Amino acid sequence: MRKPLAIALVAAVPLVAACTENTRGDDSGSGDARTVSVTSTDDACDLSAVDAPSGTLRFKVTNDGSQVTEFYLLGEDGLRIVGEVENIGPQLSRELVVNAPAGSYVTACKPGMKGDGIRADFTVSKSDEEPAVSADDQQLVGQALKNYQAYVQDQSDQLVAKTQQFVELYESGRDDEARALYPEARVHWERIETVAESFGDLDPMMDAREADLEEGQEWTGWHRIEKDLWPPATGYTPLTDQERATYAEDLMKNTETLDKRVQRLTYTVDQIANGSRGLLEEVATGKVTGEEEIWSHTDLWDFQANVDGARVAYEGVQPIVEQKDPELATTLTARFAALQKLLDAQRTDTGFVYYDDLSQDQVQQLSNAVNALSEPLANLTAAVLS
Amino acid sequence: MAAAGLAAGAFAVGRATAAEGSESPDPTGSDDAFAFRGKHQAGITTPAQDRLHFAAFDLTAGSRAQLIALLKAWTEAADRMTRGLPAGEVGPTEGAVNLPPDDTGEAIGLPASGLTITFGLGPTLFRDARGRDRFGIADRQPEALRTLPHFPADMLDPRRSYGDLCVQACADDPQVAVHAIRNLARIGFGTVAVRWSQLGFGRTSTTSTSQSTPRNLFGFKDGTANVKAEETAAVEEHVWVGADDDPRAGWLAGGSYLVTRRMNMTIEVWDRQPLGEQEEFVGRTKDSGAPLSGGTEFSEPDFTMPGSAGPVIPKDAHVRVVHPDFHGGARMLRRGYNFVDGSDALGGLDAGLFFIAFVRDPDTHFIPIQNAMAKSDALMEYLKVTGSALFAVPPGARAGEYVGQALFET
Repeated sequence: MRKPLAIALVAAVPLVAACTENTRGDDSGSGDARTVSVTSTDDACDLSAVDAPSGTLRFKVTNDGSQVTEFYLLGEDGLRIVGEVENIGPQLSRELVVNAPAGSYVTACKPGMKGDGIRADFTVSKSDEEPAVSADDQQLVGQALKNYQAYVQDQSDQLVAKTQQFVELYESGRDDEARALYPEARVHWERIETVAESFGDLDPMMDAREADLEEGQEWTGWHRIEKDLWPPATGYTPLTDQERATYAEDLMKNTETLDKRVQRLTYTVDQIANGSRGLLEEVATGKVTGEEEIWSHTDLWDFQANVDGARVAYEGVQPIVEQKDPELATTLTARFAALQKLLDAQRTDTGFVYYDDLSQDQVQQLSNAVNALSEPLANLTAAVLS
Repeated sequence: MAAAGLAAGAFAVGRATAAEGSESPDPTGSDDAFAFRGKHQAGITTPAQDRLHFAAFDLTAGSRAQLIALLKAWTEAADRMTRGLPAGEVGPTEGAVNLPPDDTGEAIGLPASGLTITFGLGPTLFRDARGRDRFGIADRQPEALRTLPHFPADMLDPRRSYGDLCVQACADDPQVAVHAIRNLARIGFGTVAVRWSQLGFGRTSTTSTSQSTPRNLFGFKDGTANVKAEETAAVEEHVWVGADDDPRAGWLAGGSYLVTRRMNMTIEVWDRQPLGEQEEFVGRTKDSGAPLSGGTEFSEPDFTMPGSAGPVIPKDAHVRVVHPDFHGGARMLRRGYNFVDGSDALGGLDAGLFFIAFVRDPDTHFIPIQNAMAKSDALMEYLKVTGSALFAVPPGARAGEYVGQALFET
């Protein structure tokens, strides 16, 4: 998924009730009356119709101008964004799909992405496909944003505390205790991994695996220490006390920087939904394959933590999904549970079975459950915004 | 490069004719044939065929004389097979019944199918892993012919990487390409052994303006801005090694360097990305292949055009990261293929892009671009490089010569 690079700078946008293309279930009987062609030029915004019956509307926007354009469907007040499609280059077309109940609206093309755009009134009349509207959407979104922010802040706090304990153990040579704490501290990183990774400067210094490095790049962070605590049988020179101190202090310093930034973050509802999808991607590409923790083999701790984070994000927006797409909510809830059941089967007194002790069959089952969950989860953002 | 039309007539006395009257499968390959001999090796600027069988070989034994004998035998067999003739002089069914045939026979009845066979020499041919100069050619090793550096996201399998020699066989019929590698490997037993080989289908690049742009397994058009055969000045500048490029390796003038990268795609994860994000990763639209800055497929991308948040072509979009504008104008002639080698242990497709590029100098035309890609290309999230190799491609063998002759005899 696209990493939310500008996450810290994005003020929480109020519910953006639309998505561009690929909306689930948007093809149910929408006739031509619900398809509107929009031609945006540098000085005009021509629509093939100024009204449509309520339901799933498709605006096919073509840019015949010379600069990038945007198209908006706004509420009657001309402020509330019902749906938008951005970044339409010259001679390109994009589609805005939006569920619109009956009412008065305003359309706007924004060539050059400046100003209020070229506006016109648009009317949606009542039909037998009237979408359900919920008055408390806004409240549900507000609650989801607040809860998610608190969750991430709490995880970041715990990451700082556990990392502090971990580096102290490691620096003082209490390796057994350091090894025991390693996966438990990383849990807090993995639960918010998509947020932590969004800081492109910190992530490579904190979480790079040896294979991620380019020639000449210094290897630091969690996995550098991991290799020192679980060294390969041959051909490895253990780090000196001084080197240990250097890497430990570096990790601690970066963790504190991360925490400072994380505490200031705010989120949008689509970022939360995307975060849930992103964490499952992390599982599919790194954890289920055993590539994340190639020395400690503590991949299942990370796996569980990614799933924790994904589930918390999902549960935050679940009340919204239950209104917009109850079937999707039912599927996701069931598949999170099915995956959790498989993970629970691998629990031990101290945490989880090590990855290299899993049978091929067990890995296969986990992978199947990840795929089964990831596929519908990829529709979460569109459903939340619909 | 021979014109396709000419060849169809000239080589009509080929395999297809020989098999006339016998039961033969419907030829799926084309009647195109490309001359093996010439100033440059075929299979580089030749319009990219649909199928690939690529093999890397290691020398198993032998002396300089054995190596030369192999190159001579390979040259002869390649010359024959690219005409649609059997690999050996006797033929698959024409010989003595008490001897194994000198051609394996699966190409009986098939036309030349545009087969090209391209030979390359790896760094380890000049100096092996232990630094030995087995064939008395170490002093002629081209400066740029070294094992490629480790790039981020490389998870190389040594059994899919490197090699002393390579053979690229491309054809419009997979059976013809496989037939070529199979017979060349057979000829080589005792001198070389196959180190790894790769099948490819669905060319992912165009090397001629007469070809339409194909799609890779991400579903996007690939190779839009490739160096095309018709751009003769660009081919001279970016593909062929010049006479003065490397004083130690004058023998390579008129040749090129061949880079292979087996780029596994995490297909299942990619498929879950929303269309808009897929397009932002690539920097082009999925339908027409136009850059996100607008226009049509062949419009130049405008990297400065503003979008809603930053440039409309994002900073980490593939098209921007590898664009010649940001690499001193360096361009490659890419000739890659899609591959699907069944499924992996977890049921995911073992699939991706078998990247092949021909460049004049990997130090300027490949390594910096690959580094930039590994570092900041959004597509890297969905790629794992599992194989990698670099070869020097000698110039073409003219009549009476063998491939690589100048390396040994001048």
